[in-house]
Amino acid sequence: MITLAHFIVLGTVLFCIAVAGLFINRKNIIVLMMCVELMLLAVNMNFIGFSRYLADPAGQVFVFFILTVAAAEAAIGLAIVTLLFRNRGSINVGDIDSMKG
Amino acid sequence: MTFPLLCFYVFAAVTVAAALAVVSLKNPVHSVLMLVLAFFSAACVWILADAEFLAIALVVVYVGAVMVLFLFVVMMLDIDIAPLREGFARYLPLGIVVAAVMLAEMLGLIGVRAMHAAEPGVDPAAAHGLANTEWLGLALFNHFLLPFEVAAVILTVAIVAAVTLVLRPRRTLSQKQWPARQVQVEPSRRVRLVKMPSHKAGEEQP
Amino acid sequence: MTISMTLLLIIAFAPLAGAVVAGLLKQQIGRIGSQMAAIIGVAVSCALSFWVFYQLVWGGAPTFNADVYTWLEVGRFSLGVGFLVDRLTAMMLVVVTFVSLMVHIYTIGYMADDPGYQRFFSYIALFTFSMLMLVMANNFMQLFFGWEAVGLVSYLLIGFWFDRDSATYASLKAFLVNRVGDFGFILGIAAVLYAFGTLDYADVFAQAPQLAGHTITVVPGHPWSLATLICVLLFVGAMGKSAQVPLHVWLPDSMEGPTPISALIHAATMVTAGIFMVARMSPLFEMSPTALSLVLIIGATTALFMGLIGIVQYDIKRVIAYSTLSQLGYMTAALGVSAYAGGVYHLMTHAFFKALLFLGAGSVIIAMHHEQDMRYMGGLRKYMPITCVTMWLGSLALCAAPGFAGFFSKDAIIEAVGESHRFGAGYAYYCVLIAVFVTALYSFRLLYLTFHGSERFEVVGHGEGRVEDPHDEAQTHSDDPHHAHKPGELEHAPKESPWVVTVPLVVLAIPSVLIGWFTVGPALFRDWFGKAIEVLPENDVLGELGEHFHGASAMVLASFSHAPFWIALAGFAVATYVYLFNPAVAAWAAKAFKPLYLTLVNKYWFDKVYYAVFARGGVLLGRGLWRGGDAGVIDTGLVNGSAALAARIASWLRVVQSGYLYHYAFAMVVGVILLLGGFWLFQGVS
Repeated sequence: MITLAHFIVLGTVLFCIAVAGLFINRKNIIVLMMCVELMLLAVNMNFIGFSRYLADPAGQVFVFFILTVAAAEAAIGLAIVTLLFRNRGSINVGDIDSMKG
Repeated sequence: MTFPLLCFYVFAAVTVAAALAVVSLKNPVHSVLMLVLAFFSAACVWILADAEFLAIALVVVYVGAVMVLFLFVVMMLDIDIAPLREGFARYLPLGIVVAAVMLAEMLGLIGVRAMHAAEPGVDPAAAHGLANTEWLGLALFNHFLLPFEVAAVILTVAIVAAVTLVLRPRRTLSQKQWPARQVQVEPSRRVRLVKMPSHKAGEEQP
Repeated sequence: MTISMTLLLIIAFAPLAGAVVAGLLKQQIGRIGSQMAAIIGVAVSCALSFWVFYQLVWGGAPTFNADVYTWLEVGRFSLGVGFLVDRLTAMMLVVVTFVSLMVHIYTIGYMADDPGYQRFFSYIALFTFSMLMLVMANNFMQLFFGWEAVGLVSYLLIGFWFDRDSATYASLKAFLVNRVGDFGFILGIAAVLYAFGTLDYADVFAQAPQLAGHTITVVPGHPWSLATLICVLLFVGAMGKSAQVPLHVWLPDSMEGPTPISALIHAATMVTAGIFMVARMSPLFEMSPTALSLVLIIGATTALFMGLIGIVQYDIKRVIAYSTLSQLGYMTAALGVSAYAGGVYHLMTHAFFKALLFLGAGSVIIAMHHEQDMRYMGGLRKYMPITCVTMWLGSLALCAAPGFAGFFSKDAIIEAVGESHRFGAGYAYYCVLIAVFVTALYSFRLLYLTFHGSERFEVVGHGEGRVEDPHDEAQTHSDDPHHAHKPGELEHAPKESPWVVTVPLVVLAIPSVLIGWFTVGPALFRDWFGKAIEVLPENDVLGELGEHFHGASAMVLASFSHAPFWIALAGFAVATYVYLFNPAVAAWAAKAFKPLYLTLVNKYWFDKVYYAVFARGGVLLGRGLWRGGDAGVIDTGLVNGSAALAARIASWLRVVQSGYLYHYAFAMVVGVILLLGGFWLFQGVS
């Protein structure tokens, strides 16, 4: 049967793939954002697993909210990317270093 | 190997494969589509966990709205693909190492082996004689009402913010008048006097 | 009859009022107004001083000792203004105010052309006030106030012609050297406070006998006698004020100031403040024979060695300045053998004839159009008979010619030193004896070079056709040869000075001749000073001399059988031979004894050593501290260094802020990994 461990492992694997993706994709900001979505998916996976196995609805409620917030964040992030592209002409992350100290 | 377990492995494998594809594909459109696939299969996994409502919500909201948004943006921006691949080979080892370390740590920390033995137990929703949606709804609106409202506010704020950020007011289509500017205009910018030699009507022009 | 407080207050503050009016209301009252304000102030003070003197000596008034005003009180200890008027004070009052009045009148003539006329009157009246506060003090704090005030006014007056660099340097030198003395003085006052717990004279003197045997440990392991420490420190102050070796260097340079102040301050009054102070502190000094020996040796050394320098000086005022130094040495030596009355008595007679000599020199200087070099004088007695005669009288008094005022006081000192058995008295006796020869030598040298012999100047008339207007205040007559004349060339023939100059000379000449006859007996031998001066019986040399004293005329006749008279006569003879008949001998002597001559001309190299060690040392120290300490450590190290350090650390830290998103994300992830690792490792630890 499916145990909690399965869900946890799945979530962990997804998370680590997303982290790797963060490092590898230095040039493409869209992919960066997608990696963030993947991370959120992994976390949601965890919550669902725990909610099922601890019989607590709070986990699923939290997933609900994470979904909401992730949607909002994606919207704003993409708006920023659009602006960035409008001003810079490229989505190369390596070019965005105006915050350099 | 029961049927649910087999389904789980299949869907999990698809999710992982799709995630790997997201981070490694060249074409960003392909990446987005792979992400869509990842979400779909994740939804299937959630159904296996008796969280039907959220699975469908994932598909409808996330895939249907957010991923479509991603796709819009990817297609709208004229992205030059070639330079984006430059750093891939260079950072791949680092990425793999970091991910592996993190994976090992998390698995070790969480104590996977211990959890392997835990029994799934009965579906809690069914235990109460409710469907998952009802069960979730009861919890949401009874105990988590305030966060629910706050989430609504967050969404509103996000809309306003996104629109504000990207809005480009178009002067050319608006009929708005600027009286201050109209009054300040200089005659030299509107009228140009040209001296021309005069000649009688009917004469040939020089 | 008793002396009233109001009287004393008027004596003290009338000159101050005159100074304030003369100085601050310059515009409103003009030159005549300022001069009259100052003179009236001092004249009132003088008249009242004589009245107080009369009351004390003949009217039988008791000693006045009262506090006028309490300035502050701390526990048992209070500071304030108070007056102590006994015979010592009264004598000083008379001397100070009388000489001051003479100088004020003299100034009308001497400074007539000077644009700073009113300022000068204000200053000398202010000086008179300061000196009066000093001598009338009944506690150490007021003494110190007067002490500092006279030093300040001396500085103002020496540098009176402030646009001259040499005057500015001289005034600074005077102030700084005085400062060194004052440093010792204030330490002495602190020691008095430590020993007695009070600064009031009466209390201190009452407790003085209990000082015997007390010690104080300043340097661990070496206890010093408390009485000696106090007296030595107080004497350091006297050394500065009364220009004893080694703090004498300021006095010759103080001749940069106008001649009236040389007479007032550096002959008659300020320099005698030190002598007065030691005499006033006689109850304390009697407790410390060691300190008194020090006083004696320094005084005798000053008397001889400063006199020697006077022989080789060409500036007429410098000769008299070194003469003053030498006579101060005599007074100090007298104090050193516990003959306090003798020192103070010589102070009084010296005030008269030294002021006379300075004012006479000033008269000569006016006549010679501010030429001060005696090599360009000579034969002036034809032109200035009154000045010549009064200067002769003053010089005779200075050389202790029998019968003159100086004779009684000086010979008494010499004999007192001879009688004393104190440590250093033998050395001192020889010093003062030889100094008698030296005194006669330089005094008569001055007279012959100035008034006798051939004229070494010529009258050339107006050199450049420029009209001189003596009433034009823009043309300052300073003590430099003016109008680009060569030294020795005069525009007008010298003539006798106006009456405002010569009358004070005559008035001062009278006591220089006569006063000794009337006063020597009471002053020295009949305990005239009474309680003001205290001498322990075993030290009482004057008492011993008094047993041989049979009156003034007897003293005069007896002098012919004592050494000093013949020594002085020898000096007179040498001076007459060399400077009147055979001047070439002087030049030959200078060549023959060149090393000695050079030493004297260089004033024993005191100035050079002080300059090299203290002045340059001070500058080097300052420069070192500036470059090393201030600029190096503070500016570069602390201030700039801390800024540079902050900048350097910031530049190291800046590397982290690359501006790249993935660097930040990487940092976050690494942080999470570390956190996880930490949790994993320390799982068991709660």
